[in-house]
Amino acid sequence: MSEFSDLYQDLILDHQKNPRNFGDLPGANHHADGFNPLCGDKISLDLKLSAQGLIEDVKFKGSGCAISKASASLMTVALKGKRTEDAEKMFHQFHDMVMGKEGVPAAELGKLKVFEGVRDYPARVKCASLAWHTLEAALHDHKDVVSTDDGVQP
Amino acid sequence: MKTKNAQPAAKRSLGRKKKDIETTPGLLRLSPEKAAFDVGKIRKDFPILSQKVHGKPLVYLDNAATTQKPVAVLQALDRYYRETNSNIHRGLHLLSEKATEAYEGSRLKVQKFLNAADPREILFTRGATEGVNLVAQAWGRQNVKAGDEVLVTHMEHHSNIVPWQMLCEEKGATLKVVPINDAGELLLDELQRLLSSRTRILAVTQVSNALGTVNPIAEIIKMAHAKGAKVLVDGAQAVPHLAVDVQQMDCDFYVFSGHKIYGPTGIGVLYGKYRLLEEMPPYQGGGDMIASVTFEKTLYKKPPHKFEAGTPHIAGVIGLGAALDYVSECGLGAIAAHEQDLLAYGTRKLLGIPGLNLVGTSVHKAGVLSFTLGEIHPHDIGTILDRQGVAIRAGHHCAQPVMERFRIPATARASLGLYNTRDEIDVLAKAIRKVLEVFG
Repeated sequence: MSEFSDLYQDLILDHQKNPRNFGDLPGANHHADGFNPLCGDKISLDLKLSAQGLIEDVKFKGSGCAISKASASLMTVALKGKRTEDAEKMFHQFHDMVMGKEGVPAAELGKLKVFEGVRDYPARVKCASLAWHTLEAALHDHKDVVSTDDGVQP
Repeated sequence: MKTKNAQPAAKRSLGRKKKDIETTPGLLRLSPEKAAFDVGKIRKDFPILSQKVHGKPLVYLDNAATTQKPVAVLQALDRYYRETNSNIHRGLHLLSEKATEAYEGSRLKVQKFLNAADPREILFTRGATEGVNLVAQAWGRQNVKAGDEVLVTHMEHHSNIVPWQMLCEEKGATLKVVPINDAGELLLDELQRLLSSRTRILAVTQVSNALGTVNPIAEIIKMAHAKGAKVLVDGAQAVPHLAVDVQQMDCDFYVFSGHKIYGPTGIGVLYGKYRLLEEMPPYQGGGDMIASVTFEKTLYKKPPHKFEAGTPHIAGVIGLGAALDYVSECGLGAIAAHEQDLLAYGTRKLLGIPGLNLVGTSVHKAGVLSFTLGEIHPHDIGTILDRQGVAIRAGHHCAQPVMERFRIPATARASLGLYNTRDEIDVLAKAIRKVLEVFG
């Protein structure tokens, strides 16, 4: 399986098989739905933000490919306890990383660095970024379903 | 609900023998003398196939999305632009005459290919999608009224659903859906039940792009006509795989796309019975479709020109003609026999893979192996296959209602063309097993 381990790393396979923070979040005060029309990936994201702008809890539901599921799972783990502005920063760093931008301090992303290989699979960038776009929508309370197919940017 | 089978003698395996294909009514015209089908020779006609992708020989199994083009088509396009490029139907100069002759020559080729009664029944469109839209707009707006019904089937491509939905919304008509069974076959009893005096038109595919089902089209058309409904047949997935005879099946409209039958993109065909075309208003206004124009009144040309406003895709039309010549030379009977062999071989091979589930198991199939693999998402299958050189499609195949019917988000789909081989099926099967390795 070595030839695919750049994309399908053990950590990704683990999270897609056993997604963390999967399910409903009672008491959530922010929510968004994301959809990737290309492959039918769906994600529903619940956030519980404190008055001070701290992400107290986060859960997701949905169906999708290994990359989108693992990305959502690892994202929820990374977000817990973070301030919303730090979450926004992570979103941009993550996006830049999977888009293959130069000079991204990927090390700052911790475990999320596991998605670095996605940049070599352009067709899969949307899968990896769907959860993050949905997070962005949830933080800003966008009501429309986030679609990875609406813009020119993945 | 039991499916009424159009061809009762057809309880057989997917590997239909040539004799069986010959006796399938209304579908296939076989030329037995073309039985010697040399796929090695055919592959040499498609330069794109000899390349490597990700360092592996390309195995192109996404033919239901689009097919590759033979040298004959590439040369026809090149020759047109190099030697005869000119506008048609108007110039008095030699190039325009030549271009017009080539353009109208393609119309005759299409007429012969579909066995239409009259070349004036052949309209050039941008593709099958535009053909459906043309009928929904030009015929539909004139003939569908509030309270009327339009029938589609559960296995339609979005292009044969959405234009009808738009029409029904505009007119206050009702869109009704003929269901399918677990094998992906149309339920003819249900079709019978849904057809009524309110049914204006039935829009039905001849071959399903997501499932591969071949519908008993002649019988379906007969049922609809008995209730006074018109029938539009989506032939996009049929024409590359089986000989079509629009007179024999007696459809009112038939659409297909050039690029799915080894021709260029951006060109397609709408066949319509002449009387219907004559009564229909134009679809678009512009040059080349008028007999005379004043600001008070414009007189339109007769079909087909009434429906071909503006400078058409001349090169595309000529390229399509070359593609139909190519397919006819290979022989649709021989192509069908070759592809049925691949389909049967592929079905056996794929069913031997643990966890693989075929979606679409109709007794009559053409060209498509749609499948799921345990819990592994088709998108992941597609990526791993691509890295092994195997091009398939993963997704809903623009047939979301089909996915919903089978309660799956997507399938992986390998679809066959005349240049595919058993060896390529072996590579596909091996690549799928690799997917299982990666996902342990």
